[in-house]
Amino acid sequence: MADVTFTVDGKKLTAPAGTLLIEACRKAGIEIPAFCYYPGLSLQAACRMCVVRQEKVPKLQTACTTTVAEGQVFVTESPEIAQARKATLQLLLGNHPLDCPVCDAGGECELQDMTFKYGAGESLYAEAKQHRDEQQWSPAVFFDRPRCILCYRCVRMCGEGMDVWALGVQNRGVSSVIAPNGEDHLDCEECGMCIDVCPVGALTSGSYRYKTRPWEMNHVSTICTHCGDGCKVTLGVRQSHEGTDLVRGDNRDKSGINGDFLCAKGRFGFDFVNSEERLARPLVRNASGRLEPTTWENALRVAAAKLKEVRDSRGGDSIAVLGSNRTTNEENYLLQKLARTVLRTNNIDHVRTADYATFARSLAGQEHKAASLRDAGNAPAILLVGGNPTEEHPLLAWQLRSNVRLNKARLYVVNHRTIKLERQAKAVQGVPPNGYRDLTALLDRNEGDLAKAVMAEESLLLIFGQEYRGEQMEALVSWGLKRGNVRFAYLGDHSNSRGAADMGVLPDLLPGYVSVNAPGAFAEEYAGMPAAPGKTAPEFLEMAQSGQLGALVVVGENPAQRLGWAPDALRKTFLVVQDLFLTETALQADVVFPAASLYEKTGTITNTFGDVQLAKKAADRPGVRPDFEILVRLADAMGADVKALVPFGKRGMRADFGQSRGAQSGEADRHAVWLASHGLEPKLSPFDPLAVLDEIERLVPAYKLDRLNLFAGNDVPTEPAFVPVSALTQPRADLVNPAHDGLFTSGTLGRYSAYLREIEEHQAHQLAETAAD
Amino acid sequence: MTPRESETMSIFSPALAARFDALVEKYPVKRSALIPMMLYAQDEIGYLSDAVIAEIADRLGLTELDVRNVASYYSMLRFKPAGRFNIQVCTNISCMLRGAYDLFDRFQEELGVGHKGITPDGVFSLEEVECIGACCWAPAIQVNYDFHDELAADSVPGILQQYRERAAANGGR
Amino acid sequence: MPRLVSHPDEVKIVTRRFGQGAANIEKYLELGGYEAAKKCLTQGPDWIINEMKASNLRGRGGAGFPTGLKWSFVPKQSAKPKYVLVNGDESEPGTCKDHLIFLHDPHAVIEGTIIAGLAIGAKMGFIYLRGEYRYLLEIMEKAVADAYSKGFLGKGIFGSDTEFEVVTQTGAGAYEVGEESALMESLEGKRGVPRIKPPFPAVVGLYGGPTVINNAETIATVPHVIAMGGAAYAAVGSERNGGTRLFGLSGHVERPGVYELPMGYNLKKMIYEVGGGVRGGRKLKAVVPGGSSTPVLLPEEIENLGMDFDQVGKAGSMLGSGGVVVIDDQTCIVEFALRTISFYQHESCGWCIPCREGTDWLKKSLTRFHAGFGEAKDIDNIRYLAENMMGRTFCPLGDAAAMPTLGFVKKFRKEFEDHLNGKPCPFAKHVELAVV
Ligand SMILES: Cc1cc2nc3c(=O)[nH]c(=O)nc-3n(C[C@H](O)[C@H](O)[C@H](O)COP(=O)(O)O)c2cc1C
Ligand code: SF4
Ligand code: FES
Repeated sequence: MADVTFTVDGKKLTAPAGTLLIEACRKAGIEIPAFCYYPGLSLQAACRMCVVRQEKVPKLQTACTTTVAEGQVFVTESPEIAQARKATLQLLLGNHPLDCPVCDAGGECELQDMTFKYGAGESLYAEAKQHRDEQQWSPAVFFDRPRCILCYRCVRMCGEGMDVWALGVQNRGVSSVIAPNGEDHLDCEECGMCIDVCPVGALTSGSYRYKTRPWEMNHVSTICTHCGDGCKVTLGVRQSHEGTDLVRGDNRDKSGINGDFLCAKGRFGFDFVNSEERLARPLVRNASGRLEPTTWENALRVAAAKLKEVRDSRGGDSIAVLGSNRTTNEENYLLQKLARTVLRTNNIDHVRTADYATFARSLAGQEHKAASLRDAGNAPAILLVGGNPTEEHPLLAWQLRSNVRLNKARLYVVNHRTIKLERQAKAVQGVPPNGYRDLTALLDRNEGDLAKAVMAEESLLLIFGQEYRGEQMEALVSWGLKRGNVRFAYLGDHSNSRGAADMGVLPDLLPGYVSVNAPGAFAEEYAGMPAAPGKTAPEFLEMAQSGQLGALVVVGENPAQRLGWAPDALRKTFLVVQDLFLTETALQADVVFPAASLYEKTGTITNTFGDVQLAKKAADRPGVRPDFEILVRLADAMGADVKALVPFGKRGMRADFGQSRGAQSGEADRHAVWLASHGLEPKLSPFDPLAVLDEIERLVPAYKLDRLNLFAGNDVPTEPAFVPVSALTQPRADLVNPAHDGLFTSGTLGRYSAYLREIEEHQAHQLAETAAD
Repeated sequence: MTPRESETMSIFSPALAARFDALVEKYPVKRSALIPMMLYAQDEIGYLSDAVIAEIADRLGLTELDVRNVASYYSMLRFKPAGRFNIQVCTNISCMLRGAYDLFDRFQEELGVGHKGITPDGVFSLEEVECIGACCWAPAIQVNYDFHDELAADSVPGILQQYRERAAANGGR
Repeated sequence: MPRLVSHPDEVKIVTRRFGQGAANIEKYLELGGYEAAKKCLTQGPDWIINEMKASNLRGRGGAGFPTGLKWSFVPKQSAKPKYVLVNGDESEPGTCKDHLIFLHDPHAVIEGTIIAGLAIGAKMGFIYLRGEYRYLLEIMEKAVADAYSKGFLGKGIFGSDTEFEVVTQTGAGAYEVGEESALMESLEGKRGVPRIKPPFPAVVGLYGGPTVINNAETIATVPHVIAMGGAAYAAVGSERNGGTRLFGLSGHVERPGVYELPMGYNLKKMIYEVGGGVRGGRKLKAVVPGGSSTPVLLPEEIENLGMDFDQVGKAGSMLGSGGVVVIDDQTCIVEFALRTISFYQHESCGWCIPCREGTDWLKKSLTRFHAGFGEAKDIDNIRYLAENMMGRTFCPLGDAAAMPTLGFVKKFRKEFEDHLNGKPCPFAKHVELAVV
């Protein structure tokens, strides 16, 4: 809409006609208090805190419902307005318990803040306040009725925002009360969004309540370690005798890719970090065959010696490396580099949750075709094929719902089963489980409501699930490319599955999906790596069983569980495991290194949309080390040139490898040159993962990152278009093994979250009850 | 539940179920039938039991929470049984000025129950209510839906007798 | 059965058919019924609206908005269907006039609804009755069924090719549902919480379509306006206040009842002549002129007060719903205020803070006060509370609670003071209220 000019407190402001006054003011730095108004949720005008005076209008107006028009004049602060707000606060405080000293929201309470501002300190009322016991509605949600000021944010967030509709308002007048759908309990997705939007301490979280005071915590913004969406999460960290405790997960600054949103896993599933079962010391299998705690020096020595021995006696081919879907890009990059340059093997793989290699191959050379997760919140038309975002990509589901609700976006759903997002869809097309193959033909024939509507769209965001792999995906992408004005996104599990693939934790592909036997920046610098593609994860098992696998290094993965490897399959293999817990796989290991979780280290991770974000170290845990550091120390103990592995120190790495003549001569240190040209300082520690990030940017084509934004805590997109087409080989679609983790599960990690387990039990109980009815 | 199933499994009498089937067709939007349905269901069953709420929610495609949210707003709807004859005494201003409190006190005395009380035999319940739209014929009461107006405390025994006889004629309860 | 009254000063227009069995459609027709609707069918919307404007008929629901003007706000073209909604929620204490209309002249409501529909181009009308009016709903339902069988409602009404449907609806106990936007919510099967305005119902109303909402008395008056002609109707009343009004005289009058008197009729006369004076020859203490939400008037304020919207407004109160509640000198005003506020506390929908919390605190303070536990500062606190509710709430219910309170405290401060310092109520009235 056209811009209009109006006056607020004597200042001329401009905003599109029809903008809500409260929003226009906030953008101009004029804060108008409000309880019930919440951006993106339906308007209520119920709390009456936002009252302002509009010229020529007899009554005070609510800024949350007033839309701006040309020439209007407003006053937002005056004695009259302050009095109105003060009186409203006095009314609220008349019944509100003054238990701020023990209330979870104390210090983070909008009612406190406003009382402070408008000075409604004295009580007008002689009547006793009504006390009511707190209720537990679910493992996640507690409700303290007297504290509730009935702003209805929770009701709207649950219904409009989450499409769960588990909260309502019952009774009327002063008896009005927020009520859960199970009468005395909640039956919902446990996302905790209601707690998040509650302006006071009426809704509190089971995981945080009565644990600490907000000002006793440090608040660190990092990235969630669970699903492939990569929400920004703020962790509340408190010092403790153990180093630090993570006491809270929330989404305070709302600045992330996830805006307002966080799901149950992001909000509550951080507690695995504090688990009693965390490994705190390295373990080495002793002479009697039992795992025994030891020192880092000893564990490193044992592991390094054996790995070196296997490599030198049986060749790098007899060693294999299994990487992780949750470690950082820097760690993944370092891991493959260690495998290829130190262990001298291409036998490196991870448990692939999606066929990212084919995705990269399909989009290679096609600029601006890869979608960011943000696009899901803005695109005018979205075609969602396969997948089940509500369960497996909660943030994506949120973005799609919000986009449909707030921007009138059109969502089209094609799926082989009924998914919840159909409720937002403009058209739905069912297909048989193996029927995705025919989708492009169906669209091209322009038959049926969905096809007709989709074909009529000017642009399309095409999001597809793990149902798509290999040729089928290539066919779908090439259909989209032909059609034009289509962007693509591919849905895989886990917080850094995409990063693992991007970083070349694959037997046949180097970082950036460059074939191991094709020339490229990485291969050029690290000449002498094995040129033949290595073995895949399932082949590791075969090698182990036939005695060909001398050693296996597993980082942050649990193949015994995830790939169903038999407990004794690795008997003849020297097994090194880096993990947080003594998993089924770690139990088989010869050496176990206690690793830090994502919340205890810094590095970048890439969500399934290819958005890169910076995870920041929030907590400390005695005894554990980041996988990055473990790998560096292991290499060092093996006698490798650490400086070649991690370009740290005043000079990075030497890249000319003896070339002393011709055009290249004198270009002694490409890394140093690159750093200088990018205005970056050399990193001084071998344990600084950002040194490797520098190298990733330099050598991985898709990772030309906007650093300023990245370090400011924003998500920055990668560009698969920069992957050289010529270098690509046919990926192995058959190895894809999706995890399909739901709202409360998160692989092995999730099993160590007491909180997620509790929620799961609650859900199972709920289900059993409904079934019994 | 499919519609057919819900029909056969209805907890309402066939006549009421048929009435509901017709009611939902009357409005541009089905949900408009909600409040009448709840009131008529209460007339038949006595109160909004969990089963009533479940069936109404099902018939209108609403969640039970939604039905409860609406039901709990309206003061005539209740979630617990009342007496067979619910005596509602208006004590609002016009009635108050003409002796409604004396009337209410007399009902309390005669019945031995107070506001929202039910007599042990379940025949009567008593309620003090807001204005019932009979101000010019005050004081007035409603027994279920029947109005009785221009009353005095002395009218109480006669009114109670009248309903006791009706209760007896209908087999005790 | 509510007693019918009459008085020589009455001008019987709307009540013309009362007591004559006009609920029977044959009788209604015999008494000239449905002629106005037929006339409107031939004359068309603009003519109807002009007649309505000329009539100076102002809404009988309380606010007194000119009916013709309201109808003219409905856009001619609309993508969504338009509706007529008759407000028969009648719940304002002191008001029982619509009760009699539904009882004695249900077809007038139907006929008025048809005419309103013709005026705005609606094909459907709803008649919403409060839940307590079950027997009246049954009368209305029968009348609607009869009108259908006569062909006055349905596909081609009165043999024309115009369609008009009427649906009756029951509430289930909620005063706030009388507020027009809450009424629409209720009719849509929701909690009776009002809507944000704008948009106004005439533009976005029921089911999102343009909607005219009128009080049942307003609608029942419409056929008479058409039959008499707008100008003739206007001439009956006072300036800018056309016609007659159904005044409900209640409380301490000798002959309470619903009387149809011309707009502008003197209030004192109404009490002393029409109503037969204060009951038992007592002295008049105060009058609530237009339903419980209107500020009380003192005897000296009603001397020359003509009962129309403008004059009562000027006197510092409101004509409201026309429910005149007479209070004699043996009445405790604090108790009266408490009972009034208890009602608004009970009926507040709870949506907005000033009304939800304000009515509750007013009730609590007044209860304590009336029980003799008040302190001097409470009087000012009560006033402070009411002043801070005025004009600050989401819908006018907050004002409806605050206005009379302010009136009581301002005009009867002395009586409040007499309750202070542990003194029992000077009138030895009830101190407890069971309604919560
Ligand atoms: C709290 C509240 C209660 C109301 N109750 C009624 C009512 O019971 N009946 C009625 O006709 N109007 C009632 N009104 C007025 C309606 O909002 C509306 O103005 C009226 O129905 C319009 O009809 P009219 O123009 O014919 O008066 C109420 C208004 C408020 C604010
Ligand atoms: S689990 Fe996924 S959606 Fe939930 S907070 Fe973590 S990244 Fe976000
Ligand atoms: S924010 Fe405007 S009324 Fe609450």
